[in-house]
Amino acid sequence: MTEGTEIKIPVSGIRIRHKARVSIAVIGNPNAGKSTLFNRLTGLRQTTANFPGVTVEKHVGTVQLEHSAINLVDLPGIYSLDGNSADERIAVDVTLGRMAGTQRPSGLLVVIDATHIYQGLYLLEQLLELQLPTMVALTMIDAATASGITIDIPALQNALGGIPVYPVSSISGHGLSELKRGLERITAIKVPAIPASWPELSKTAQQLAQQLGADWQRIDVIQALLQTHPDLAGKLGQQLGADTVAGLRLKLFGDSLPAAAEARQRYRWVRNVIAEVQETAPLYMKMGVRLVRWTNRPWPATLLFFAVLMLVFQAVFTWATPMMDAIDGVSSELGRWIVTQMGHNALSSFLADGVIAGVGSVIIFLPQILILFLFIIILEDTGYLARTSFLMDRVMRSVGLSGQSVIPMLSSFACAVPAIMATRIIPERRDRIATIMAAPFMTCSARLPIYALLIAAFVPKQSVGWMNLQGLVLFGLYLLGILGGLGTAWLLKSSALKGPKPRFMLALPEFRRPNLQTVAIKLYDRGRIFLKRAGTVIFAVAIGVWVLAYYPRMDVAQYRSTLTAAQTNNQAAMGNAQSAAQMSQSWLGRIGRKIEPVFKPLGWDWRVSSAVIAGFPAREVVVAVMGTIYAVGSQADEQSLSEKLRAARWPDGRPIFTLPMVLGLLVFYAWCLQCAATLATIRRETNSWRWPIFAWTYMTTIGYAGAFVIYQVGSML
Amino acid sequence: MTLADLVPGDIATLEQIDTTDPGVVRLMMLGMVEDITVRLENIAIGGDPLEVGFFGSSVSLRKEQARHFKVSRILPGD
Repeated sequence: MTEGTEIKIPVSGIRIRHKARVSIAVIGNPNAGKSTLFNRLTGLRQTTANFPGVTVEKHVGTVQLEHSAINLVDLPGIYSLDGNSADERIAVDVTLGRMAGTQRPSGLLVVIDATHIYQGLYLLEQLLELQLPTMVALTMIDAATASGITIDIPALQNALGGIPVYPVSSISGHGLSELKRGLERITAIKVPAIPASWPELSKTAQQLAQQLGADWQRIDVIQALLQTHPDLAGKLGQQLGADTVAGLRLKLFGDSLPAAAEARQRYRWVRNVIAEVQETAPLYMKMGVRLVRWTNRPWPATLLFFAVLMLVFQAVFTWATPMMDAIDGVSSELGRWIVTQMGHNALSSFLADGVIAGVGSVIIFLPQILILFLFIIILEDTGYLARTSFLMDRVMRSVGLSGQSVIPMLSSFACAVPAIMATRIIPERRDRIATIMAAPFMTCSARLPIYALLIAAFVPKQSVGWMNLQGLVLFGLYLLGILGGLGTAWLLKSSALKGPKPRFMLALPEFRRPNLQTVAIKLYDRGRIFLKRAGTVIFAVAIGVWVLAYYPRMDVAQYRSTLTAAQTNNQAAMGNAQSAAQMSQSWLGRIGRKIEPVFKPLGWDWRVSSAVIAGFPAREVVVAVMGTIYAVGSQADEQSLSEKLRAARWPDGRPIFTLPMVLGLLVFYAWCLQCAATLATIRRETNSWRWPIFAWTYMTTIGYAGAFVIYQVGSML
Repeated sequence: MTLADLVPGDIATLEQIDTTDPGVVRLMMLGMVEDITVRLENIAIGGDPLEVGFFGSSVSLRKEQARHFKVSRILPGD
């Protein structure tokens, strides 16, 4: 570089990453577009953890602003601060700084759906009692305009006592830069000293808080007076005397229930504000709107629901095949290449049979799992999942539950762990536990690999009408899971968990076009979790199983004797006989034969039995274990795992995988609880060991019994 | 006449709410308070639950709770 040369760097090209100093809570009604806005603002700069002590996911993301950065904490959607369900209590505790280990937010970003400002403004008025810097993001402003709603923003700001309101559209990105500029100054925002919706309550609470001292804030007094926080209500009674408190309540609420009085009071104010700021144009219904309305009607909606389910099962099989074949091709090619490069020795067997055959046989199911999740995420995002709870309430009532149990059960098709957490929306404990016990029966994505493997290997690829038989069998297995779950709920609700008829009330979201970014982020998250498990837990198990299957090696005398025993000139047959003999004298073979009698009545040989045992911590391990066992135990590396299964024989030459045995194995998988993560989640969510122990014992028993009956009856026919 | 007696498409005003049922109070927190206008959107197969629309929102509830809402019909449905 010569002296005097100036290097010009365009200023806009430099992005300075600021460190976030303040933490802002993002709060709003369910389905108000909170998560979409959160994703839009933070992108992939977010982390997911659990709040300490509870299993509610804590999403924290950083937004880079022009001069600074802030942390956003995404909270579960709520309608009010009364904390009726576990999710609501957590959102409230975090916002109020009552959650141990989580800092009180320095401000609130309240997300209000422009098409639903009625419920949004109610929550906002409750939140203003917190006296934290607050601003409003008015989301879905384009959807509001499209449906003929216009909102006078300055008038709304005025009605709210001057707090800033930013109309945004997370889909088009409209208004986001203004919102970001506003976020930069959020801590300087002054909220009105007395919110307009219920000044009497706010003033009374403010005076009492000053009188009571530093450990009382206005919101604490309000929650004590409204009796929405029993501990605070008790404490207030002690400090002021029960009579004084009763007098205050009489003056504020009359003879109404406090919570009902609050709803009447604040919603009356909200209605007046809406009359002032919102104009709804009489709107002729557009084709799309009319179609959505029509599909919301009971019969079309129910039919659509089943059509969607069938489509999912078809897609899981047909769309994924090319990608799965590609992964299969790469992994077997890699295994063969390793063996040709290194020859037959311990290391090459470890790499080819242990690592590649073991982990590879699980990774191959990534495409199917992503397709399944894609559908579930889209159903969630369009609001359709919530609508099914309306459709299915009647069915759920016949087993003693309500439509509220439908969402957890449907999300259990993806994974039982978040599904069990999703039961937190169910207010009654007995109904919640019955739902938790039913959820693990639903066919989760980890069951998919074993179903797919066995179906592909043993169900012929032929069409039945417009469906193919393999998809139909898969659908049958899903039904089996649903029946198991509903049956269990019914049994529990008519015995141990008998209780009052559950209530059912739920806000139904409108149909909404799914947001591409949200779908992509969720899908990416799911894929990552799956691969992480394949790379850690399943990798470790596959290595362990390989060691057990490979050692101890036969000595020379044994080796010779197998050659003489084989008595054949066929090179491949000799090789196979030799591998089988090595396998059966390995540690795994010895252990396997010890447990074989337990599973013999189900028609399983020791290899299947040991794979199933190894699968108890995590069921997708079974496929990895089978992959390793059958790779070590065979010479013919070019065969796929399903070909190896088809070729597996008992010592007397009968095939192991007969139709009754395979069907039994599938039933065992449909019902058995092979998932340590689910057990741990049940333990945390029910706060006792009783329920996970019950779930495990019960499900293992009926899984075994189902497989036993099918194998025995099937073999007799 | 109560909310449970309406047919799909009916538009009515909520007149008086009996708050003895805790589920009803929960519905009030969602905005179902006196003097608002609601529309009965759908009734599920089998006659229960109901879907009620107001101010652009939809709420699903069972007949059991709907009986606690006295209404006066202002526009009959289809």
